[in-house]
Amino acid sequence: MFAAFMLDTWAAGLIVAITAGVVGWFVVLRGASFAAHVLPLGTFPGAAAAVLLGIAPSAGVAGFGLAGVVAIWALGRRGRPEVATALTLVMLLATGALLLSWTDRYAAQVYALLFGQVLGVSRASLGGMALAGAGAVALALAGFRPLLLGAIAPDLAAARGARPAAWEFGFLAAIALAAAVAVPVVGALLTFALMVGPASCGRAVSARPAVALAASVAIALALMAGSIALSYLTNWPVGCFAGLGGAGCYALGRALL
Amino acid sequence: MSAGWFALGPVGVALAVSFAAAVVAAVVGVFTVLRGQAFAGHALGDISGAGGAAALLFGIRPLAGFVAMALGGAAAMALAGGRRIAERDLASGVVLGAGLGLAALFLYLDATMSGAGGAASTVMFGSMFAIPPGMVLPAALCAVAALAAMAALARPLALIAVDPDLAASRGVRVRLVGFAHLAVLALAVGLAAMSVGAVLATALLIGPAAAGLRAARTLPGAVALAAAIGVGASWGGIGLAYESYGWSLGWGGRHGWPVSFFVVALVVAAHAGAGLAARMRG
Repeated sequence: MFAAFMLDTWAAGLIVAITAGVVGWFVVLRGASFAAHVLPLGTFPGAAAAVLLGIAPSAGVAGFGLAGVVAIWALGRRGRPEVATALTLVMLLATGALLLSWTDRYAAQVYALLFGQVLGVSRASLGGMALAGAGAVALALAGFRPLLLGAIAPDLAAARGARPAAWEFGFLAAIALAAAVAVPVVGALLTFALMVGPASCGRAVSARPAVALAASVAIALALMAGSIALSYLTNWPVGCFAGLGGAGCYALGRALL
Repeated sequence: MSAGWFALGPVGVALAVSFAAAVVAAVVGVFTVLRGQAFAGHALGDISGAGGAAALLFGIRPLAGFVAMALGGAAAMALAGGRRIAERDLASGVVLGAGLGLAALFLYLDATMSGAGGAASTVMFGSMFAIPPGMVLPAALCAVAALAAMAALARPLALIAVDPDLAASRGVRVRLVGFAHLAVLALAVGLAAMSVGAVLATALLIGPAAAGLRAARTLPGAVALAAAIGVGASWGGIGLAYESYGWSLGWGGRHGWPVSFFVVALVVAAHAGAGLAARMRG
């Protein structure tokens, strides 16, 4: 399990878990699960284009993620445009399917991009992943106080001059960066489960924000490590354990709360 | 239903199944959009993929798998939902995550155990020309059942969408009707997933319905227009995909483009067109 070829996988898992744990905690706090589901999924055509052109998927994911941030931020200022968002999302997904149908491994690539391939991480991509992950964590932590205040008392935050719209944009950018880290490893569909499951359990551990955030990261690390280990032992896909384990974390959190 | 249905070629089967799926999805979709449940519909579509994958693994009818899993997901969401909207979104999302975890597992087992290498693209993005002819009759029966249920639910649902309190005071059992709607929604999503794939089912459910609501002035008009747009986009998509076998665009030589891509593109175009028409009318 700790053979040389697995070391890159463990390193990637570590980066993904820390990023998802931190950003996910803010997602749960701010009730942003819709954005956290749509943003990673919307990067699917970016990853598909990267596969078709033979470049690193993270680059395509990051590009589409940032475009998605602008779109969601702009649409979100006009209320909750569910229909527009849902139709944009299916159009992006269908385009990604079209791009992948031009490659010679259509089904395998669809599977890898939607559900992840943790063993496919190369050492060369670890540096970029670490950089994007650090960016996402730094962005979220820099906004710790304004994001917290904006979630609990939006009026007070505005009165204190905390420019909620600007922080909302920064927060969405943090989700997009976290997606760039996580999508190549756990897939466009399951990135969401890894962000939200551990965080919804972490908030039940303590009422103090800093402690709950630390708990959320610790649970994400445990979930990721457990998923990789089980995946190694059973040969089953890592996303299966991440998705079901994330739901288990949420159920545990609900029971504790 | 004559025996001739079973003698259809791949294109005929695709036309028949997509017709049933488009009509049901459009009718159910109008009420889904009115009640602001687009996200729930999208989540049920994704979850139904796990059922489609399991059906391939165990050798049962794909439609049964899609519909059963969507029904299970609807029940889990109804049970897990909290009071606050943010909490309900979170609970739906977590059910979605668990369903997708199962989908990942079943698709992996499809590829390794039963040698169904194309399972991931077939289940998630649809493969309309590969639907077996035996699916036409079950799909038609499902469609008839869903439309009959919607006929009974239409009035109370419209009342609830306008004003839940008024509906309750008129003797509508809001929770029961809501749950029945979720069940019919699962049926519609299962049919749509069979036709355009699990992650794209939202397109047939939401797109034609929203376009119908934009362009028509009355509710029956919106339902009729939505059904027409859904069928038009599906059949147009099938025709374009059939044509695309002759195109030499794209990498990897000549082969058809995915049907679902054309269907989704036509649906989105119709939605944009309906918006334009409504704006020009003022």
